[in-house]
Amino acid sequence: MKAPAFAYAKPRSLAEVCALLDERGETARVLAGGQSLVPMLNLRVAAADLLVDISGIESLRGVSVTADRLCVGALTSHREVEQSAEVARHAPLLAQAAPHIAHVAIRNSGTFGGSIALADPAAEWPACCLALDATILTISKAGKRSIPARAFFKGLFSTDLRPGELITGVEIPLTPGHRSVFLELSRRRGDYAIVGVAAMAKVQGGTLQDVRLAFLGGGDRPLLAVHAMKAAEGKPPLADLGPALAADLSPMADLDTSARTKLHLANVLARRALAALAG
Amino acid sequence: MTARDELPVKDSKTRTQSGYIGKSEPRANAKRLLQGRGSFIDDLRFPRLAHVAFLRSPHAHAKIKSMDFSKARAAPGVIGVFDGRAVAEYCSPWIGVLGHLKGIKSPPQYPLAIERACWQGEAVAAVVAETRAQAEDAVELVAAEWDPLPAVIDMHESLSGKVVIHPEFEDNICFSRQIDNGEVDAAFKNADVVVEESYSFGRHTGVCLEGRAILADYNAGEHMLTVHHATQAPHMMQDIFSKHLNLPEANVRVICRDIGGAYGIKVHVYPDEMCTAALSIMLRRPVKFVADRLESFLSDIHAREHKVTVRLAATKDGEILAFDLDDLTAIGPYSVYPRTSGIEGNQVVNLTGGPYKHKHYRASLNVVFTNKNVTCQYRAVGHPIAVALTEGIVDLAAQKLGMDPAEFRRRNMIPDDAYPYTGAAGMKYEVLTHHQCLDKLLSLMDYKGLRAEQAELRKKGVYRGIGLAAMIEVTNPSPAFYGVGGARISAQDGATLRLEPTGMLTVLSSVTEQGQGTEGIFAQIAATVVGVTMDKVKVITGDTSTTPYGGGTWASRGAGIGGEAVLQAGKALRSNILDIAAAILNVDKADLDIFSNEVIDLASGESKLPLAELGRVAYFRPDTLPMKFQSELMVTRHYTPREYGFTFTNGIQASLVEVDVETGFVKLLKHWCVEDCGTVINPLLVDEQIRGGVVQGIGAALFEECHYSEDGQLQNATMADYLVPMSGEMPDIVCGHVESKTRTSELGAKGVGEAGTAGAPGAVMNAINDALSSLGARVTTMPFTPERVLDALGKK
Ligand SMILES: Cc1cc2nc3c(=O)[nH]c(=O)nc-3n(C[C@H](O)[C@H](O)[C@H](O)COP(=O)(O)OP(=O)(O)OC[C@H]3O[C@@H](n4cnc5c(N)ncnc54)[C@H](O)[C@@H]3O)c2cc1C
Repeated sequence: MKAPAFAYAKPRSLAEVCALLDERGETARVLAGGQSLVPMLNLRVAAADLLVDISGIESLRGVSVTADRLCVGALTSHREVEQSAEVARHAPLLAQAAPHIAHVAIRNSGTFGGSIALADPAAEWPACCLALDATILTISKAGKRSIPARAFFKGLFSTDLRPGELITGVEIPLTPGHRSVFLELSRRRGDYAIVGVAAMAKVQGGTLQDVRLAFLGGGDRPLLAVHAMKAAEGKPPLADLGPALAADLSPMADLDTSARTKLHLANVLARRALAALAG
Repeated sequence: MTARDELPVKDSKTRTQSGYIGKSEPRANAKRLLQGRGSFIDDLRFPRLAHVAFLRSPHAHAKIKSMDFSKARAAPGVIGVFDGRAVAEYCSPWIGVLGHLKGIKSPPQYPLAIERACWQGEAVAAVVAETRAQAEDAVELVAAEWDPLPAVIDMHESLSGKVVIHPEFEDNICFSRQIDNGEVDAAFKNADVVVEESYSFGRHTGVCLEGRAILADYNAGEHMLTVHHATQAPHMMQDIFSKHLNLPEANVRVICRDIGGAYGIKVHVYPDEMCTAALSIMLRRPVKFVADRLESFLSDIHAREHKVTVRLAATKDGEILAFDLDDLTAIGPYSVYPRTSGIEGNQVVNLTGGPYKHKHYRASLNVVFTNKNVTCQYRAVGHPIAVALTEGIVDLAAQKLGMDPAEFRRRNMIPDDAYPYTGAAGMKYEVLTHHQCLDKLLSLMDYKGLRAEQAELRKKGVYRGIGLAAMIEVTNPSPAFYGVGGARISAQDGATLRLEPTGMLTVLSSVTEQGQGTEGIFAQIAATVVGVTMDKVKVITGDTSTTPYGGGTWASRGAGIGGEAVLQAGKALRSNILDIAAAILNVDKADLDIFSNEVIDLASGESKLPLAELGRVAYFRPDTLPMKFQSELMVTRHYTPREYGFTFTNGIQASLVEVDVETGFVKLLKHWCVEDCGTVINPLLVDEQIRGGVVQGIGAALFEECHYSEDGQLQNATMADYLVPMSGEMPDIVCGHVESKTRTSELGAKGVGEAGTAGAPGAVMNAINDALSSLGARVTTMPFTPERVLDALGKK
């Protein structure tokens, strides 16, 4: 399959990107790592008149830390996140999740911002952003916005991004007292997960505090399992979160796995994640 | 004795031997491919090359009401747009039946469907343009109107015949066959133990790195069609192009250079490829078609998709009395030409129960049409099904008898000294070594140790399983496979060996190379037999205008048949070389030998005449030779296996797995295969063939399945959704060999290319079931997804 013809622009500044996106409206699409967009174009399930390649905007790349937060630039590759000492120190959840994303060659090109913008319900970064209570930073001709991750993901491949808006980065509040665990089930290493969980909590005297469970593959978007979190709060790790998870998640069946099985698997992962947090 | 000692490639008197047979020589062509100097179809650049893209049916079954080409014809770069009728003027239809599969039927098939499309993905219109992208853009502009027809998707529904797919037939049965060698009911009645189970095998496909590819170049000036083709069988395709495009055979040349994997996928006649060749004639210019990944999934042959019920009868002492089998398999709307789609089912009924000495056997086979993509022969045709169902039911019987599965097999395997032996299914085995292979496997894997470890771990809640799968395998087929049924498919192969003036040796073979190393082993055989070093040998394959006539590569036949032809040609050439040497040196031929590129004195080993010098004299100074002497430095020999229908091989595999009983995930820990392919020509290549095959078999067991919706839409036609096995999940695969040479050839080699694929699914299935046995759960539907394992466990 070959992509239909499209125009290509590689702007040198953020202002230029915003102007182009504003001018061309929905017929233009941002090209970051191209690891999702290019296959979609080739399969002709996505189309664009213009691709705006942002890979030349260096200010969007890299990880930085301030007193109370970690900022991951939108163009930071999955691999850079995986190998960043700052990430390992300040948001170990991301470092734990990174190896589950595709394969090294794809992680070298694919970007953090691209994954957030795509909002695949089975992707790792969106779920991590929920667990970390991150904030998505955007820019457009109309100005800048900060959107809490927990309000950003709206549905299947659908987000709060407005036409002409670009993600510039993600801000993650530092949580030095928390432990984190990332677990996922995929049939082959590197595949999108059947279901996965990004889990965080503080551990005090064998009980879990400020429990956070964010699921990937648990519905049409990344989901914070609020009922399960509440059930687990302040207790030693629970063995069965099934009923709570049934209220939190509504997994979509795929070709090999029914919604019911996914719910069962989510429960297994939740139990294992809580045990690992406490252990 | 080692392979080398026993090889009768030299007169007993001869002293020396360069002996490459049995050595792990690296493949000569691997370096070239790694350097990116492969020459695949898509690498070829021709002046005036046109590209074709196809409009494919979006429906599983539909009448083509109308197609409007006007917009497509006006699109940029478009050279022509054609429907089925236009192409049929240049290419006659074909019917995929064979005389020896009694009663097999299939309707005529055309390069492009005319009037009616019978599966989603069947090509109905062809757009030729200056570039592939332009052709694809124009395909989107074809306005087609469809009248959907009821689609038959489920094989039981097809068998019921409520909806008949082809109006010219009364039912949907393509082929059926019964075997009954008598007294099966009595055997079951008198048995102490009867077990019965149904198995289901998912439809999957062979995913080649390089998609199907063809570049047809018709030259009107010579009325000559040259086809650059990714095919396993160039001579067969030459015959088919000649016949269906109505060209004299001599005016068709098929060239196949590098091929990026084939696995049986590239040995069939594909409508879009026939169409490409016809378009080249119609347009009088070269036309190229390379299937992209989506097209590959929609139109490369699929395989398997069987539902089988099998029963086994045994005595309480553990003697197997009988197998009784019912196999239903669905093949899509057409039996594929020219090999037919009846063969896989036919193999299942021929091979079931193969390793065992039971006396009674009954089998019933129904091969039915459906409105899905066609199925046909793919690596290990029928074997993975026959082996898995045989070994599955054998394990169930052992479990019921309370016997160790290895011991139960030992009691029932045909004894190693019983050959030649005719099995209950009527197959004749020349020489097999089930017991030697079993013993070797058990010690290689430390079976006892693993059982002890398994029991220990079980106490800790770890569910490990050990699965065995014994197998027999069809290799080196005689004309009984296809030729007797009327197919113009050669069971013989030829080799030409030529000594060049500088002492180089050129080998031309009709067997082709798809990456398995055929050319390498032919070089080893030729070098060994003639007496030259490997660096002197150049092998040429894959061109109907230069190589001898032959069948090509399929059914594990390249080494056993093509290799024997090389061996025989080498012996004859060697004798001719010695004639010349005797004439030059004026000594008795019997006193001479060839070693390491030189004619030597047999007794002393002293060098007498380098082959380069012999070549110089023979080619440029024959005037110095005796007056009546004519030298003959090019020799051709052919070989056909005759005594047996097939040269059966045997082997046994084992799988060690760990099942996560909470998630249903299966972890492959280790895999073993002990196999008897007779003479091992190149241990490295043999082991890699086994390993690659095992991985493909594991794909069937755990990952691969073509999912169709109820209305016949293929749901997972991408590499993201169709799961091929990947290295991350693969276990270490340990190979062992027993070498019982076939006496039907001097080389003694049987086939090996399909052994891994044949046995692996059964071994993995048995390992999973062994792990689950204490939980009272069994899985029998491949692939064994986590959900299917959880279902068996009653979880969720
Ligand atoms: C074989 C394979 C396996 C994969 N497996 C996984 C996996 O297991 N988990 C996983 O999470 N991902 C997986 N991916 C996807 C991969 O992570 C992608 O890199 C990621 O989803 C998108 O990032 P990208 O930079 O490549 O974005 P692109 O493909 O360039 O763009 C994706 C989308 O996001 C938009 N976009 C990109 N950047 C921005 C921005 N800064 N602001 C606004 N919009 C933007 C684009 O317009 C486009 O719509 C896989 C990909 C492949 C090819």
